[in-house]
Amino acid sequence: MRYPPMRGPTSARARAGAAAGGDRASTTRGAWLRLLVLALALALGLSVATPGAAQDGDPGGEAAATALLEALDVSSFPAKGEAIEAIVRSDDPRARDWLQALLDGRLQRTDEGRFVVVLDNAGREWPVEDALNGEALGEMSRRDLDRIGINNALRSQLRSAIAVVDLYAADVDLRRASAERLLGEVDGELAEPLVEVIEAEQDARVRQRLVQALAIHRLEQGEIEAIADLRGSLHPRVRVALNRAMSGDDPLVADAAREALNSIEQMLKVNRAVETLYFGLSLGSVLVLAAIGLAITFGVMGVINMAHGELIMLGAYTAWAMQQLLPGQPGLALMLAIPAGFLVAALVGVAIERGVIQFLKGRPLETLLATFGISLILQQLVRTVISPLNRTVVTPEWMSGSIAINDALSLTLNRMYVLGFALVVFAVLMLIMRRTRLGLEVRAVTQNRAMARSMGIRATRVDIMTFALGSGVAGLAGVALSQLTNVGPNLGQNYIIDSFMVVVFGGVGNLWGTLVAGLSLGVINQVLEPWAGAVMAKIIVLVFIILFIQKRPRGLFPQKGRAAEG
Amino acid sequence: MDSSRLWLLRPFGERSTLIFLGVLLAAMALVTLLHVAVPPGHPLYVSAYTVNLFGKYLSYALLAVAVDLVWGYLGILSLGHGAFFALGGYAMGMYLMRQIGDRGVYGHPVLPDFMVFLNWDSLPWYWHGFDMAGFAFLMVLLAPGALALVFGFLAFRSRVTGVYLSIITQALTFALMLAFFRNEMGFGGNNGLTDFREILGFNLRSSETRLGLFLATGVALALGYVLCRAIVTSKLGRVCVATRDAEARTRFLGYRVERFQLFVFTVSAMLAGLAGALYVPQVGIINPSEFSPLFSIEIVLWVALGGRATLYGAVIGAILVNYAKTVFTGVMPDAWLFALGGLFVLVTVFLPKGVAGLLALRYRRRAVGSGAFSGKEASA
Repeated sequence: MRYPPMRGPTSARARAGAAAGGDRASTTRGAWLRLLVLALALALGLSVATPGAAQDGDPGGEAAATALLEALDVSSFPAKGEAIEAIVRSDDPRARDWLQALLDGRLQRTDEGRFVVVLDNAGREWPVEDALNGEALGEMSRRDLDRIGINNALRSQLRSAIAVVDLYAADVDLRRASAERLLGEVDGELAEPLVEVIEAEQDARVRQRLVQALAIHRLEQGEIEAIADLRGSLHPRVRVALNRAMSGDDPLVADAAREALNSIEQMLKVNRAVETLYFGLSLGSVLVLAAIGLAITFGVMGVINMAHGELIMLGAYTAWAMQQLLPGQPGLALMLAIPAGFLVAALVGVAIERGVIQFLKGRPLETLLATFGISLILQQLVRTVISPLNRTVVTPEWMSGSIAINDALSLTLNRMYVLGFALVVFAVLMLIMRRTRLGLEVRAVTQNRAMARSMGIRATRVDIMTFALGSGVAGLAGVALSQLTNVGPNLGQNYIIDSFMVVVFGGVGNLWGTLVAGLSLGVINQVLEPWAGAVMAKIIVLVFIILFIQKRPRGLFPQKGRAAEG
Repeated sequence: MDSSRLWLLRPFGERSTLIFLGVLLAAMALVTLLHVAVPPGHPLYVSAYTVNLFGKYLSYALLAVAVDLVWGYLGILSLGHGAFFALGGYAMGMYLMRQIGDRGVYGHPVLPDFMVFLNWDSLPWYWHGFDMAGFAFLMVLLAPGALALVFGFLAFRSRVTGVYLSIITQALTFALMLAFFRNEMGFGGNNGLTDFREILGFNLRSSETRLGLFLATGVALALGYVLCRAIVTSKLGRVCVATRDAEARTRFLGYRVERFQLFVFTVSAMLAGLAGALYVPQVGIINPSEFSPLFSIEIVLWVALGGRATLYGAVIGAILVNYAKTVFTGVMPDAWLFALGGLFVLVTVFLPKGVAGLLALRYRRRAVGSGAFSGKEASA
């Protein structure tokens, strides 16, 4: 088991010894290992390794460890290979670090013959630490150090060896990663000891992996029962193994493999569908975020704000600016950017409303043109003041990475956060429109302005508040978008047409419609993409909406009753 | 027969049309004279480059007239007229591409360079016939016309109007832009069509051809203007204005509003296509950026600045804005978008009737043809 896959008579004999040692071993890992090593030492009488340390019950012994490393510093590569094997077998707690350092070329020897690990090999003076006791030795000139060289064969041997060493690590993650690497790499040498490891393994996932790794080997040996262990696994290596078995000599095995492979393909299809749905919903959530503010200013107030995209852009730049203000704390900066982005966009929105839109009341086409002009000015302003180049907004650690559901499906975290954020923003907006005084007044003013005013509602104030709300939500969209795309002056431009499409498709003045339209357009886009290509999918969606509006000019959920009169 | 001829000739009885045509022809004659008769180096000399620039402005002016026809008189704010302009341009570009023949970089007798580059072995079906000038010039009108007919039929039949129509016309040109960016479309993808050599046998790089194209564009603008005046002063034009001001009322009076809209929209698209076809040989390239929503919305600004529903205002606006653009992008390129954006805001807020409105105010006369036009009523 603790064998690097090194071929040759030596390892063949070692294998026999290992098996024999395994049979007699007690269940505890350490004792078993020691026995194994003993058996090996006796069987082989290896001259390079000095497993005496293990025999003495002193695994940390300095002399033994030095001897282990000493054996590495020879010119012959085969001899180095044997030395590596010896290290693997030594059960020394530092073995893994040594092997890793050797693999990375950081295991070096000083002129005095001391073994050191180089911590950072940039520049002329390298910080090093003692390979044996981990003591920091300060910086050393690179000229005083000799690297212990390896070749490609040793490199792959080292990788396998590290994987095997890791199987005994106390850390579950290390064991998991090691088991992961073993898939498809198990050979005769490893197979038998692996059975023992599987029995001793406590973690269910690691054990499942090991079982699969072993089953691949068994399948290669023509064991039909192994297929049962591989059934339902989505790992590509498993599929490779089953595919190979299908074209094998034994028709029984081939049929069983084909059958297992078919069921795996079925599951893969489901997984791909789930993945498409996830990406679709993610794209949809972006559309919803971009469009929901528009749904308020355009849908509810009836004001066409072509600068909406630029308000999104300003939100994204706020996130960037916050991260510049708080260097080293991207997460905190992003959290602060949420209220800040809302405020910035809302203030700019109010300025637009007070400065231009209020003079164009009742002239929607002119409003469209004027706000378009504002969008040009804002874009150019950002280009001149900040930069025409894209800025990067750092993704905080807790938002990066992904959740692996299974071997074929993993969901990226940042998209999940944005999806959740979109839903929260939507829910809050819904509450504001339905349950607050402001929402009530907004609906009153949009349905009948004159009547609302005569009931004592200050329509102008409502206009400002509504516009601030819609614009602020655009800023929130920008903060969220900064996590998914590049932040640049053209950011908003890319979303404005899509946003209008979403609002019109969903039905003007209907927030639910915007949510449904955004999510479904996102999913449709992702479903079309594999067979039509990204650009074509977008074109198809646009044409679809154009045709849809011909059929139902008021969108998916048209307003009914008095609200429809606006 | 007689009445239809009268219908087309009626604009010649109007003072505004005569003044417009007079100014246009005088300008054309002046440019020609200064280009041909004045020796190079003289301060009054108009170079071939400048003639070319004026030719470009005139094709833009024709495009603006086309937009004014639908926006000013029909109340349809099209944010997608760039699409018709570009389609006409592509039709012309295809003809010019075929005229290159085997003189391209790869020397293929039939295939344009970009197709050889993409390893195409034969001409796509829609490229056939474009080696014939007559067919190509017909397609200059028919391609945008057909698109406008289909799009307009669908839109007007289901009574999509106002802002909704504006947004879907914008989506239309956006979708076309994405489509034309694709190499698989067979229109040269990102680079478009370029490297033209000659038109109808005349070398495109010679200054005589440039002058000829300038004059041809001027004539096209004059004819297009007269056609539009003829339409808006006819009975049909009155129905259009009625539709613009009160669509529902016009419908209740028994007019099939969507048919008028469809007819005028299609005519306008064909004029835009013609403008594009005249534009392409003068600038020497056509690429998908002409489809960009920004360009389409810029056209609307020309019309708004010049003055809606006057036609001559559209011409003034197109020339003014584009002249400003030439100057600005040459002197301080960064400031151009500020200026353009500022123009959008200032014109809509402070100058709802545009430059033409100022002129009309000055002479204490109503802007010709604007009739009952006022910002508020026309915007519905």
